[in-house]
Amino acid sequence: MSDSHPTKTPTIAPAESSPSRKPSLKETAWEKNTLEPALAKSPERQATFTTISAHPIRRLYTPADLPGWDPATDLGQPGEPPYTRGIHATMHRGRLWTMRQFAGFGAAEDTNQRFRYLLAQGQSGLSTAFDLPTLMGYDSDHPLAEGEVGKCGVAISSLADMEVLFDQIPLANVTTSMTINSPAAVIWAMYLAVAEKQGADWKKISGTLQNDILKEYIAQKEYIYPPEPSMRLVIDTFEFGVKNTPKFNTISISGYHIREAGSTAIQELAFTLRDGMEYVEWGLRRGLEIDEFAPQLSFFFNAHSDFFEEIAKYRAARRIWHKAMTERYGSKSARSYALRFHTQTAGCSLTAQQPYNNVVRTALQALAAVLGGTQSLHTNSLDEAWALPTEFAATIALRTQQIVAHETGVINTVDPLGGSYFVETLTNEVERGAWDYIKRIDALGGMVAAIERGFPQREIAEASYRYQRELDNKEKLMVGVNAFVSDEKPLDILHIDETVANRQAARLKKLRAERSSEEVARRLSALRTATKGKENLMPFIYDAVKAYTTLGEICDAMRDTFGTYEEVAIT
Amino acid sequence: MTKKIRVLIAKPGLDGHDRGAKVIARALRDAGMEVIYTGLRQTPEMIASAAVQEDVDVIGLSILSGAHNTICPQLMKLLREKGMDDVTVLVGGIIPEADIPALKQAGISQIFLPGTSTQDIVNFIHQKIGLPN
Repeated sequence: MSDSHPTKTPTIAPAESSPSRKPSLKETAWEKNTLEPALAKSPERQATFTTISAHPIRRLYTPADLPGWDPATDLGQPGEPPYTRGIHATMHRGRLWTMRQFAGFGAAEDTNQRFRYLLAQGQSGLSTAFDLPTLMGYDSDHPLAEGEVGKCGVAISSLADMEVLFDQIPLANVTTSMTINSPAAVIWAMYLAVAEKQGADWKKISGTLQNDILKEYIAQKEYIYPPEPSMRLVIDTFEFGVKNTPKFNTISISGYHIREAGSTAIQELAFTLRDGMEYVEWGLRRGLEIDEFAPQLSFFFNAHSDFFEEIAKYRAARRIWHKAMTERYGSKSARSYALRFHTQTAGCSLTAQQPYNNVVRTALQALAAVLGGTQSLHTNSLDEAWALPTEFAATIALRTQQIVAHETGVINTVDPLGGSYFVETLTNEVERGAWDYIKRIDALGGMVAAIERGFPQREIAEASYRYQRELDNKEKLMVGVNAFVSDEKPLDILHIDETVANRQAARLKKLRAERSSEEVARRLSALRTATKGKENLMPFIYDAVKAYTTLGEICDAMRDTFGTYEEVAIT
Repeated sequence: MTKKIRVLIAKPGLDGHDRGAKVIARALRDAGMEVIYTGLRQTPEMIASAAVQEDVDVIGLSILSGAHNTICPQLMKLLREKGMDDVTVLVGGIIPEADIPALKQAGISQIFLPGTSTQDIVNFIHQKIGLPN
């Protein structure tokens, strides 16, 4: 049974009525001679057309939408400011984006197997999902970890687990992204310890640490400590990264989670870039030189369902970052002001109903990310709304990227959509909308202040509620959910049971028995002392990690000094 | 004066993904219910205590973490111990279909999967509790 397409009264004025728009004589003639008769014969299916972010879209874009637009300055060339067309001269002709599938479940050996499988199937980089206890700085045998071990990602409680995770994976040759935030410094220290053990040169290894605590307060909510000590930890990692791991991205400033929480595309862009500026300002206050640490800042965006809105968003992102970095912070290096980003297709757009439709959604979203010039991409699996990916589903997700890369031809030319009246106009509009928000956050005193006032959280809550109403009212359709519904059989999904927790508990018992308790105590004490001062904590965390102090023990030591944080809930 | 249906929306466990919980809380409020949102990182003990304190008719749990098979039986046990036998407990989130029968056995009234409309949840509560009069 299919649903008829709804027509609704407009809540947003049609964009055609914009007063500053001056159509040419030819266009005005078209409106009179061709458009009006066509509309009289057959009205459009909706009163207004909007993106999933409620951004109004016009019937037709023409030069009238780009008054004063100068391709030389506004579009530019790929690999040159303002980077509208991409950050490299040859983009994907020169090098494909990194196919970097987010993976992690169970214990380290389970994820190690999936890592090696995905590499064998042609992915070009690793990306690690950790379980909730790990994300929250708890060992697998902590009381609060009950029921959660290995369920949302891999359980990592110590260096011993990390060693198993990267067994037979040479960190000198493989780049790894780690989605970890509050305990990022600890997990990174473990990764570096594994690299050292393997004989990989810290100066050459590459990868990314998510390490973006601001978006935790805004959206993902996996914070441990309050903002001030959390930012201290982040800047400590920046400082450490500058000195020791110049090729490692010490942060992945993220919009993905902000979007998943229900923000609009403009909010995703604005809050992410303003977070980026906040990190830059804190780094500068620490005494770092802008072009010293900024090259190691990277970004992470969502690839949601509205195809052109996403492409416009990525193009606007590069322009905004270049402008902010040069005008606000005086950056002189392209390594600092050329925005590099990873993309993940939108998990929140995938449905539990008719899950095979998700393959299609993911493919289209991946295409948008590629056309938008991403440097790295994760494509979600069809079973996203049910469980962590089965091997079968994860393989299709990877193949999706390979098909886009090798069969569609979209990578044959750089920025194929450049010069489109629509795409350039939308890029301008998204950029303007983002700058509005950025300035509002500036006026509030910066991002930490804005978070403390609940500003981004409230904007996101409003946007997510509006979208839910649109779905409930069928103003926005979701195939298989509120339209084209059908009966279906359940899917075969991945199950993770409690044996992971048992395995981890046994391992931790063994670890605590075999390591030197004196060394652990000594190094934890040194760390504790350091937390009370201003020294960079990374060396202390690294020392603790090497003695097989557990994640929970290190995070607890920091809890003792920093305290913990809980938000005032805004509904 | 009409007595409003009282609902506790809770986020049990470590997970911080609260988009669904917040949207449901607001939708139920808009539908005329009294809604208390517990915030994040609630243990079953905290939820049971809040339910008693707030004297709620309904508890809505938002669980996306896979910890539902641990959390739900624990909560139901605590509710029984506290004499809250007649509270309606609902679960929303990421729940494999295979786990649903056991959850219902444990006393969960209904499980709402991704894609559920807020109206369906409002209707279910009205049917279960009875419309306020």
